[in-house]
Amino acid sequence: MQDAADQNGEVEFVIFTSGGQSFSLDIRHVREIRGQSAVTPLPHAPEEVLGVTNLRGAVIPVFDLARCFALGATVDAERNVIVIAMNGTQTIGLLVQSVSEIVSFPRANIQDAPDMLGGSAQSHISGLVPLQEGMSRVIDLPSLIQRRMPVPA
Amino acid sequence: MAANDAFRDLFFEEAEDLLATLSDDLVRLSAGEFDNEIVHSIFRAVHSIKGSAGAFSLEELVDFAHRYETVLDGVRSDRLELTPDLFRVVQRSADHLAVLVEAARTEQETDRAVTETALAALDACLCAASATGADPMPTASETPEAGPAQEEPQFGFVPLSLDLDSLAQTGPQSFDICFRPHPSLYENGHEPALLLAQLAELGHLETEIDLSALPHWSAPEIVEQALSWKLRLATDATQDAIEEVFDFVDGLCDLTIQAEGNDMPETVVQNGAPIETATTKLAEPDAAPTATCIEAETAEPASATKSVAAADTPRPTLRVDLDRIERLFNAVGELIINQSMIAQRVDDLQLHHDADMAVHVESYRLLARDIQEAVMAIRAQPVKPLFQRMSRIVREAADGTGKQAQLVMVGEGTEVDKTVIERLADPLTHMIRNSVDHGLEGPEQRCANGKDPVGTIWLSAAHRSGSVVITIRDDGGGLDREKVLGVAVKKGLVPAGADLSESEIDNLIFLPGFSTASATSLLSGRGVGLDVVRTAVQSLGGRVNIVSRPGKGTEFTIALPLTLAVLDGMLISVGNISMLVPISAVLETIRPLAGEVQAVGPDECLLSIRGRFVPVIDLAANLGVPRAVEADAPMLLLLVETEARGTCALLVDRVHDQRQVVIKGLESNYGHVPGVSAATVLGDGQIALILDPDAIVAQNHGAGLRAVIPS
Repeated sequence: MQDAADQNGEVEFVIFTSGGQSFSLDIRHVREIRGQSAVTPLPHAPEEVLGVTNLRGAVIPVFDLARCFALGATVDAERNVIVIAMNGTQTIGLLVQSVSEIVSFPRANIQDAPDMLGGSAQSHISGLVPLQEGMSRVIDLPSLIQRRMPVPA
Repeated sequence: MAANDAFRDLFFEEAEDLLATLSDDLVRLSAGEFDNEIVHSIFRAVHSIKGSAGAFSLEELVDFAHRYETVLDGVRSDRLELTPDLFRVVQRSADHLAVLVEAARTEQETDRAVTETALAALDACLCAASATGADPMPTASETPEAGPAQEEPQFGFVPLSLDLDSLAQTGPQSFDICFRPHPSLYENGHEPALLLAQLAELGHLETEIDLSALPHWSAPEIVEQALSWKLRLATDATQDAIEEVFDFVDGLCDLTIQAEGNDMPETVVQNGAPIETATTKLAEPDAAPTATCIEAETAEPASATKSVAAADTPRPTLRVDLDRIERLFNAVGELIINQSMIAQRVDDLQLHHDADMAVHVESYRLLARDIQEAVMAIRAQPVKPLFQRMSRIVREAADGTGKQAQLVMVGEGTEVDKTVIERLADPLTHMIRNSVDHGLEGPEQRCANGKDPVGTIWLSAAHRSGSVVITIRDDGGGLDREKVLGVAVKKGLVPAGADLSESEIDNLIFLPGFSTASATSLLSGRGVGLDVVRTAVQSLGGRVNIVSRPGKGTEFTIALPLTLAVLDGMLISVGNISMLVPISAVLETIRPLAGEVQAVGPDECLLSIRGRFVPVIDLAANLGVPRAVEADAPMLLLLVETEARGTCALLVDRVHDQRQVVIKGLESNYGHVPGVSAATVLGDGQIALILDPDAIVAQNHGAGLRAVIPS
């Protein structure tokens, strides 16, 4: 992970499901979790960018996480939530199917993503964490966002 | 340390204000308006900077300010005549003072050599004065006789360089000091005893207190100026050192310092605030008999004008951290949205019989708008300080290039959002430098072309239909289009043999990597081109244009939104997306009759309106969204004015209403969206995009328009 300082410490992850698969995000990146709210579509945006929404007066983009990982569009459902994530000063929303739990792992338990995860799927994954019922992919948030940002004017 | 930092910030804020006053006064002086009060005001500004700088041990600044102040003191007491040469020195010194303050703020090293040069220039003025003065006594520069005498024809005095400080230290000298504190001195927490103790450190001090004005002990309170001291100080120190002791009570007391052996009262010091003393004198002629010793010889007829000037005091202001305003601003934006939502809900309830509620909701709305307007007004600031900095840039640039240039400012009272002003400083500096460096010709060439050798740069600001327009115009040679095109071709920015219109050639200079300076000069041509200016202006939501006339000059126009915070827009919808078009761009909305829209070519069409043909742009196709109305529904067009293509008609699905919205940037969390300048939150919490008609028009290729024309 990026922080070498607490190499031996514990890391907390928010675990959620998107496109039927499990993903996790370092809790330090997660600001809050909200119900799905109205999203205004943006012209000329890539398909995984659903649009922008209003977060207490701030305009934030919302990404469909499933589409980011080429898992098809997230189907509209009651349980869908938006994970509000922070990357530096940037705030974004990630539409996911559901949030399941918050789990704490020793840093040593995080494994590197194996090479088999080729293409775009690997580029936004920083590692794997074992769960009781399988494993969860750790999202590399900066890389996920960066690829989708339009070039600044 | 934190408290110290806060004081430090305060000092720099104040210094900035003082420098602004200073440069204001200099402009008035240069306009030929000579008035003692202006000189006094300049002196006070420099003196205050010196005083506060001392508290932060900014030695270079203090030294320089001190020397500067001495020259100014000479001018205000008529010992130095304000010749054009001297004025130039005074002006340059003000520039240098600003440089020193800035260096101190950023804690950067200054070029000591530049300071030395500036000091030398000041010294030269002083030397000239002392040499022409009647008597090169230790404190000659302070001798009042030197003033009038100097105006008279001189008898070939050879300028003589004298080091005043070393002369003054020839031996112990006695000074008679008359010190009479004003009540305000006590009110400000000063203590005469401490001042006297400080004086005693300079040498042998004899004190005598004058208690004659002291009321009987039973009197309810001490009357004005009850106490005064007559002091006699034998010291090696210079008069300056004595004056320094009283630095902090400047204007809070009557003070005369008279060197032993002079018949005349040596000088009048500490009239750093002569207005007050003069006014006091006028108001109570008998109240302070000894006070006359202060202004005896300098006040003269000038005292009348001074007291008039005193009425012209600045309005009280409050400094507030911008972050706090930002917070207030955001909160107000939310309040407005919340207000609309509540109004909407109340409306939905259909409370016919409860008119009371409606009244409350309405007053809530009015109140919320009032607050919004008031908060908006906080951020608006005149562009004056920004413009004043530019006059310094012009002087520096002119010096650096050996050209002569003057800056004429127009409309500096124009108010613009503070953020706009701040972010405009760099591009404007660059453009001004550019104008002097590349725009203006050298003096010889100007003469040869029959122009005034002094080039003029006009800097103006004005409000024009919801935006602020800043123009930078020079009377130089204009763009050398052949050269510009040549450079562009050489750098591969345009293909060789390209046939470009004049304005297209002019606009080439905004391309990245373009710089015409054949010899890289000190000022511009550092690889930072006008493209940086354009980018900076565009990031503020503005545009920059150039108009150049060969032989006549070049004019740059920067059009900026008044504020980055609010916008009047027309709410429209295209497909299922709500959008706002800035009202400043909208000319009219029309529903064309059949036959008024004609297809031209495969996918262009034109609207015929009042004898003109206007291109029609399908907004839905342009933005890549499906239309929400039937293809054969009547067309609804929004006529917009654009800079790139003149009038254009935007095809939209619906036009709702007009409203004022708070602008929310998209860039910080997402990025730039083509054709969209920003977003806003509507009353129902939904986000609407704010369109940039110019960008829409520029990127339009008329795709798919054919399909929408009703047959």
